[in-house]
Amino acid sequence: MIDAALTIWNAIPELLQIVIKIVAVVVPIMLSVAYLTLAERKVIGYIQVRIGPNRVGPRGLLQPIADGLKLAMKEIIIPTNANRFLFVLGPIFTLAPALVAWAVIPFDEGAAIANIDAGLLYILAMTSVGVYGVIIAGWASNSKYAFLGALRSSAQVISYEIAMGFALVVVLMAAGSLNLQDIVLAQKGELGLLDWFWLPLLPMFVVYFISGVAETNRAPFDVAEGESEIVAGFHVEYSGMTFAIFFLAEYANMILISVLTAIMFMGGWLSPFAGTMFEPVLGWIPGFFWLLAKTALLLFLFLWFRATFPRYRYDQIMRLGWKVFIPVTIVWILVVGCLVLGNVPPWFD
Amino acid sequence: METLIFYIFSAILIASALAVITVRNPVHAVLFLVLTFFTCAAIWLMMEAEFLAITLVLVYVGAVMVLFLFVVMMLDINISVLREGFVKNAYVGIPVALIVVFELVAVVGSDRFGLDQVPAPLAHAADYSNTKELGRVLYTEYVYAFELAAVVLVVAIIAAIALTMRRRPDSKYQDPSAQVRVRRNDRLRIVKMAAEKKNKASE
Repeated sequence: MIDAALTIWNAIPELLQIVIKIVAVVVPIMLSVAYLTLAERKVIGYIQVRIGPNRVGPRGLLQPIADGLKLAMKEIIIPTNANRFLFVLGPIFTLAPALVAWAVIPFDEGAAIANIDAGLLYILAMTSVGVYGVIIAGWASNSKYAFLGALRSSAQVISYEIAMGFALVVVLMAAGSLNLQDIVLAQKGELGLLDWFWLPLLPMFVVYFISGVAETNRAPFDVAEGESEIVAGFHVEYSGMTFAIFFLAEYANMILISVLTAIMFMGGWLSPFAGTMFEPVLGWIPGFFWLLAKTALLLFLFLWFRATFPRYRYDQIMRLGWKVFIPVTIVWILVVGCLVLGNVPPWFD
Repeated sequence: METLIFYIFSAILIASALAVITVRNPVHAVLFLVLTFFTCAAIWLMMEAEFLAITLVLVYVGAVMVLFLFVVMMLDINISVLREGFVKNAYVGIPVALIVVFELVAVVGSDRFGLDQVPAPLAHAADYSNTKELGRVLYTEYVYAFELAAVVLVVAIIAAIALTMRRRPDSKYQDPSAQVRVRRNDRLRIVKMAAEKKNKASE
């Protein structure tokens, strides 16, 4: 059975194999994005003692499909004085990097579209390109609210990228590799979840995740959108499908940041019970399930933040990025350097 | 196949580089420069320089050009004014351009570069790590040059900060530690008051 499937798979031309792999990754991401919007509305609803959407389908389960249909049917309005070409290019530029980065994500040992050596660097490069979509959209709309949103977003992303980059430098020092699969394997050990990098790199874990929230322009860092100050920020002029693409990109980025945090700090597909007394009982669970569970946990944090914290003021965002996160990361580079040199068990022996 | 891809990318690279200096709108020029960097990274990737290629995208496209765009978007330029004086400046500009072209040809002309002078690099195996190799060379053979570059950058950072750090009396900066240190008793006084008697007139 498996042999037959393998023969068929190998008979397919290589280019088609790659296309099939890409579809197998992108379609579940798009579905997760759709249901993440529903999950967000439900979770925030329950946090605020409401029920949330429950009209479309059983328990509101068809709500994302109804929303998608509604947005697809709406007219796309392009402002008269807008730059038409860039106006349409903006949403594409936000969504594309969010999807392209998935090429190097390992879902299990050996299960990635491309297992490249400079994977971590590639991820950093691709996520940093995403800000162009926001800037182009803000500028091409020819509207002051959109423009203010674009300016805020570019300043914020630049600031938090530095902290993010430094946090990743610490990860690559600890793992000794830029390859995402090797980073996960470096966290493998006898102690289960205590072997993962979140413990020796705890400040980096926090810095990376919060910078990730800031990079995705999510609450409490959503000044680029800031609906109570600048209406909707960079996407105020967008309607219908063009708006929907911004929405998709935001949620795809959230999932991406969660998966990356799970891979770099929470052992990726490794089981938290490896080496403990539960291993014989839970050893049959496939690694992909653990990655999924960790990602879902981090995504829940995203939603929880949004329901809990008020929006940061602009100068507070800058202060947190430059005066708190960057010094913390620089200190931790030294600490981890010493830990690695000293071969401190159980992580670096 | 590889040659074809190389020529396609080269064509895009040259076209977008030309567009950078010919388009009228400065924002478009910056975006064309982004395209130039991106295609350049793609060509480097074909030459197995994946670390440099991704770093080019990360540093130039992801950070430097975002700041460029940030500044250029806020410019309010009258383009017709910019176009004036083309002939007046041409007397200086054309000789300078010619000198630059001459120097470039002298250094990287076909008698110094090209396949007959420098052989094509050998293709490496799949497990060859460009990043490791680069790091090894950078921290051993070129360590002094590397440290020197780091010192120059630090000096530049300090100079830039020193130039922009000036006292701003109109700045409404709030000291966060002072805000955190505030206690309830500093700001708030709870007063106990006797209940008011019910007023008959208001009934």
